[in-house]
Amino acid sequence: MNIVVLVKYVPDATADRRFEQDFTVDRVEIDGLLSELDEYAVEQALQLKEKRPDDEIEVTALTVGPEKALDAVRKALQMGADKGVHVVDDAIAGSDYLGTSLVLAKAIEKLGAEKPVDLVITGMASTDASGSVVPVMLAERLNLPQVTLASVVETQGDQVRIKRDTDAATEVVGATMPLVLSVTDQSGEARYPSFKGIMAAKKKPLETLSLSDIGVDAGQVGLEAAYTAVEDATARPPRTAGEIVKDEDGSGAQALGDFLASKKFI
Amino acid sequence: MSEVLVLVDFQNGVVKKPTFELLTLAKRLGTPSAVFIGGSGDAAGVAESVKKYGAEKVYVIDDAQIKGYLVAPKAEALQQLAEKVSADSGGLAAILIPSGAETKEIAARLAVKLDSGLITDAVDIAAADDGGAVATQSVFAGNYTLTGKVTKGTPIITVKPNSAAPEQADGAGTVEEFAVTVSDAAKTAQIVATQPRQATGRPELTEAAIIVSGGRGTGGDFSAVEALADELGAAVGASRAAVDSGWKPHSFQVGQTGKTVSPQLYVANGISGAIQHRAGMQTSKTIVAVNKDEEAPIFELVDFGVVGDLHTVLPALTEAIKQRKG
Ligand SMILES: Cc1cc2nc3c(=O)[nH]c(=O)nc-3n(C[C@H](O)[C@H](O)[C@H](O)COP(=O)(O)OP(=O)(O)OC[C@H]3O[C@@H](n4cnc5c(N)ncnc54)[C@H](O)[C@@H]3O)c2cc1C
Ligand SMILES: Cc1cc2nc3c(=O)[nH]c(=O)nc-3n(C[C@H](O)[C@H](O)[C@H](O)COP(=O)(O)OP(=O)(O)OC[C@H]3O[C@@H](n4cnc5c(N)ncnc54)[C@H](O)[C@@H]3O)c2cc1C
Repeated sequence: MNIVVLVKYVPDATADRRFEQDFTVDRVEIDGLLSELDEYAVEQALQLKEKRPDDEIEVTALTVGPEKALDAVRKALQMGADKGVHVVDDAIAGSDYLGTSLVLAKAIEKLGAEKPVDLVITGMASTDASGSVVPVMLAERLNLPQVTLASVVETQGDQVRIKRDTDAATEVVGATMPLVLSVTDQSGEARYPSFKGIMAAKKKPLETLSLSDIGVDAGQVGLEAAYTAVEDATARPPRTAGEIVKDEDGSGAQALGDFLASKKFI
Repeated sequence: MSEVLVLVDFQNGVVKKPTFELLTLAKRLGTPSAVFIGGSGDAAGVAESVKKYGAEKVYVIDDAQIKGYLVAPKAEALQQLAEKVSADSGGLAAILIPSGAETKEIAARLAVKLDSGLITDAVDIAAADDGGAVATQSVFAGNYTLTGKVTKGTPIITVKPNSAAPEQADGAGTVEEFAVTVSDAAKTAQIVATQPRQATGRPELTEAAIIVSGGRGTGGDFSAVEALADELGAAVGASRAAVDSGWKPHSFQVGQTGKTVSPQLYVANGISGAIQHRAGMQTSKTIVAVNKDEEAPIFELVDFGVVGDLHTVLPALTEAIKQRKG
């Protein structure tokens, strides 16, 4: 069985994330890493591999992004993925949801032509843009069922069943492979790479693909070809420092009550 | 003016408030039409509700043959409707969809189907000078505000709850049944079981005007948080630490991997203010915190903060509010 797990390289959320002049995210100056929410996707792929030894599961970690994005693939390999694929091309910079999902879909098709892909596993959302739409766009483009936002994943043969929390209900959803699966941070702690894993990762196969390798025309993607245009990005003015009081013998509750009353909340 | 399609958010027999917010925003762009995907029996009630907020038409897509499947059939239905309306009236101004877990997925599939741009999680929409729609997003945990446009196809925009104050307006509310043909390919992910969320008796997190939240600092005892929430008529929220500890179900979680909220007042208790928590609440109008550590990062955001123990401050506050009310 063949699993492709999607891993996005994102700027560190605890750093000062910012935009470039053209309103694309500064992905070069700011330290980046594998999106933490994609670690859960890698984890689920590895758990399946361990649970189903007879299926000889191969886990491929796929990223689309600049040179540095290779770090995301490396981390997945250290965790235990078998091989890595990095789609990198200057023309991809500035792609929106439609462009990004197109590149990912074509890359997956290319991998599938070599060996059919049974499962595409993704995170629930990236930690930078947090669109939470790329997995579904992939399902649409690849004409595959989606079982998304899984908090629990179960498989049997080619059947996948997941539990997912929507706004109004908890649902159990089922579909037959091949399919696109996205998992949430409720799906189970992701493992840390072991020392052995880190050493082993250095010898794992890594493939680099350009747009022409996956059959995408450079004019179809990137900032120029995007379906959306950012016109302005403004940093929020720093919040004016609020009033902070120390509670002493009930004074805190009193002051807070006065504040809420002054704002007409009570 | 061109039509603007607004997907109705209908749950437990009622049209939810975000629908009215979207209709209000839609009026800035064109003529609002509501789209209701659900049981035909509910259509009259839905039409009654949405016409009060300016819906001229109410397209009803009977869900009998698509119920029980995940997302894809709904996207297909919307695609067919959008193409029909567009062909009949020479173009759609926009398609507005409430931001929710399922509805965002519908929007995503629809964008690919219609080969149109998608903007997610808008917090405001305005008409552009050239007639298009300008959407505002709040990103990077509320640290940046972006404005942008869809430049290809029909603008599809998902809008967060609480993004506009619903304005009443008289609409004709003319009901039009719309028949769809759903492909077998769209019926591949089946909903095997559904467990509706238990009603808490409190306002819903994403719609509430006031939210009182608790974190690890509650030590698992949410009684003081809940008592204050009830005194204020507020919803109860929780940090991931509180959810991971099993003190509250995941549906209470505020933050990057929980709900994004934007109430008038957010009261954070025993919550340190990690970036992922901020991502879900930083756009709240007024922020208040109670935390016993004066160095807690949450204090950088607050309009008013109390350094103290929530187990003494909250009950005293609840009592004080009771007395003020007399
Ligand atoms: C603040 C901000 C707002 C944006 N708003 C919009 C918008 O409204 N409309 C629009 O069209 N574009 C928008 N973009 C651009 C868009 O985010 C990018 O195209 C991005 O590459 C894909 O979206 P995402 O990160 O939100 O993906 P999500 O849909 O959140 O990603 C979900 C999962 O898909 C996989 N995945 C996603 N991208 C990659 C990748 N490059 N490589 C490998 N796996 C991946 C990962 O497993 C990830 O967990 C925005 C970007 C930013 C920074
Ligand atoms: C990918 C990712 C996604 C995440 N998503 C989310 C998310 O959606 N939502 C979220 O909340 N977190 C999320 N987190 C986790 C986040 O990073 C923090 O770990 C979490 O928010 C901490 O919760 P807390 O503030 O309740 O706990 P802590 O950080 O432990 O803070 C507890 C606070 O309580 C105070 N305190 C203790 N006792 C008392 C008392 N008696 N009275 C008053 N104050 C007291 C302490 O001073 C401290 O400031 C995510 C993390 C990652 C990596």
